[in-house]
Amino acid sequence: MRPQFKILSDDLVQRILEEAHALLLDPGVRVHNQEALELLAEGGAQVDFESQIAAIPQEMVQAALDSAPSAFELYNFDGQATVHYGGDEVHFDPGSAAINLFDHETQEQRPPLTQDFVRFVQLVEVLPQLDAQSTALICADVPEEIGDLYRLYLALNFIRKPIVTGAFRKDTWWTMRELLVTRVGGEKQLAQKPVAVFDVCPSPPLLWSDLTCQNLIDCARSSIPAELVSMPLAGATAPVTLAGAVVQHAAECMSGVVICQLANPGAPIVWGGSPAVFDMRSGTTPMGAMGTWMIDCAYSQVGKSLDLPTHAYLGMTDSKIVDAQAGMEAAGGTILAALAGINMVSGAGMMDFESCQSFEKLVLDAEIIGMAKRLLAGITAREETLALSVMRELGHRADYLSHPQTLRWFKEEFYIPSPVIDRGSLDAWQRAGKSSATQRAAARVEDLLQGYEPLALPEEMRTELRRITTKAAQGFGMSELPALEII
Amino acid sequence: MSDDLLVQLTQAVLVGDFASAAALTKDALAAGVEPLTVIDRSLVAGMDQAGEKFSSGEYFLPNLLIAARAMQESMDILEPELLSRDEQMANEGTVVIGTVHGDIHEIGKSLVGTMFTANGFKVHDLGVDVPVETFVACVRDTGADILGLSALLTTTMVVQREVIEALSEAGLRESVKVLVGGAPVNAAWAREIGADGYAADAVAAVRLAQQVLGRISSST
Repeated sequence: MRPQFKILSDDLVQRILEEAHALLLDPGVRVHNQEALELLAEGGAQVDFESQIAAIPQEMVQAALDSAPSAFELYNFDGQATVHYGGDEVHFDPGSAAINLFDHETQEQRPPLTQDFVRFVQLVEVLPQLDAQSTALICADVPEEIGDLYRLYLALNFIRKPIVTGAFRKDTWWTMRELLVTRVGGEKQLAQKPVAVFDVCPSPPLLWSDLTCQNLIDCARSSIPAELVSMPLAGATAPVTLAGAVVQHAAECMSGVVICQLANPGAPIVWGGSPAVFDMRSGTTPMGAMGTWMIDCAYSQVGKSLDLPTHAYLGMTDSKIVDAQAGMEAAGGTILAALAGINMVSGAGMMDFESCQSFEKLVLDAEIIGMAKRLLAGITAREETLALSVMRELGHRADYLSHPQTLRWFKEEFYIPSPVIDRGSLDAWQRAGKSSATQRAAARVEDLLQGYEPLALPEEMRTELRRITTKAAQGFGMSELPALEII
Repeated sequence: MSDDLLVQLTQAVLVGDFASAAALTKDALAAGVEPLTVIDRSLVAGMDQAGEKFSSGEYFLPNLLIAARAMQESMDILEPELLSRDEQMANEGTVVIGTVHGDIHEIGKSLVGTMFTANGFKVHDLGVDVPVETFVACVRDTGADILGLSALLTTTMVVQREVIEALSEAGLRESVKVLVGGAPVNAAWAREIGADGYAADAVAAVRLAQQVLGRISSST
């Protein structure tokens, strides 16, 4: 039995869905994209093209939910299905799109550069606890207009794991698609074996911006999975009650599913989000708040009730350094996400809300993820008898340590952390230099990076990826990309 | 042929396959390999490798203990053969070990004993809750080179000092090296009570013993 956490009663799930349906009729959803408005009107929605508001009837939503797949596979770049979006499968990827990197040496945040992101994706590759990559850092050494596609370009030179990404503009989405098509060897390959998921973010309350709506439509038409990232901010851009925020989330996501399925029935779509409770002291959006986690768990339960794949931003911290708060908040969110059965949990490594990535936190979070995955594997009967056979064999002797059964099972029964987690004696810890977990994580980052094995990509492919990216850069005043060391 | 058997036996010890270890030992003897050769080339080599893997983090305690068990299975077959040839294993030293009076913690102490045995020491394991005078008597009777005192409680670690004082009173303190261990124990405590050393784990304890006996230099 997989341990499971449900936060809503069935009755409350129904009330959330009913109110979300009602919201889609009145006040309706704002759609700042002509193509989507036309699709909605053709599909039966009441559309006011002047105010750009669509009232979407329940039958339309139901039809979209019916045609949306309940599950799909994400493939690694070796062509193997490694991430199952659907059911209660749980996977983890790093928090994405950080504008800063926490520099362990200086203990300061700084803008990330090309080589930082290269090291980051290499670290994600070698951390077994992480199931997918994300375009985690926005490099400051290229024009902002190509910040989205540039990180995908960099990643594609180094990764085998599938990737969660997103576009910042309408036109750059097409360049990102071109990069992916080049890397997997064709449009058909990309549609048949998706390697990337694109985040698309409605704006609270109930707004689809032109950019994100177009990304959603374009993903659907190319059969590239899109991940709805609805982000009600309880008490500021959404109702203060957690249930109210979940209603708003549901309405936004339902409208996203409708637009996606109108563009291409059957296109893969994920019920995801990044909600938060509003911090009433400092006016911020805490990702480490219990209320935030509760909204996440609740909306994922709503998504599951609709038989859709799920996603959430969880496992992050609001702390500005890698400290006790960082560990506490990352652990709380990660464990809850696992128990809630969320298919893709994005957040590892992220701090300062969603703005700063840390190599050290990523390595520490990998241990939390390892523990969460162990928790999910649950407690099972390993052998014919649970204890009887071995206990009768040993009688009253405490010789379990040298018994073959112990050797057979200990690595599966216990999650064994890396040396980042200190479980030695006081004396051993003192002799090893009295390090903190963060210091050990910093040392481990370097060790892990030594284990990264470069990809054997054909030189022509690397050249073509660079050509596509350079062309995009030239459109924004950069004639040549920063140097890229492949090894 | 016999070289092949010895390599396989080393491997059986290393992975703790005690059934194979016993069978291979019998095969080696049948093939005419001398018992001491089996011990040197297979058992010691296998345990050395297991110890290295433990120190490097690849092996965990169950790996180490099951390797020791495989070695013991082999030794049980070899010992009568040694006796019948009137031969003896090279003795690295004699160790008396036990958990001090008032303390019944066994696992750590037994681990240390196992690792001493695996490294060619002759071990007298006195068990747990061992009276001070029993340690003293055993050191005297066996002519022990090493006395290992285990204590897992802050209330019983003081007994380690009592044992050392009793050894002095019995005039035995100079003849034996006293090593202490256990969760609340550290190097500073070892110095304070006049012990010869402290080790944090079983592999380190063997290394420490080899150092204080001058078998290996302390820099390794």
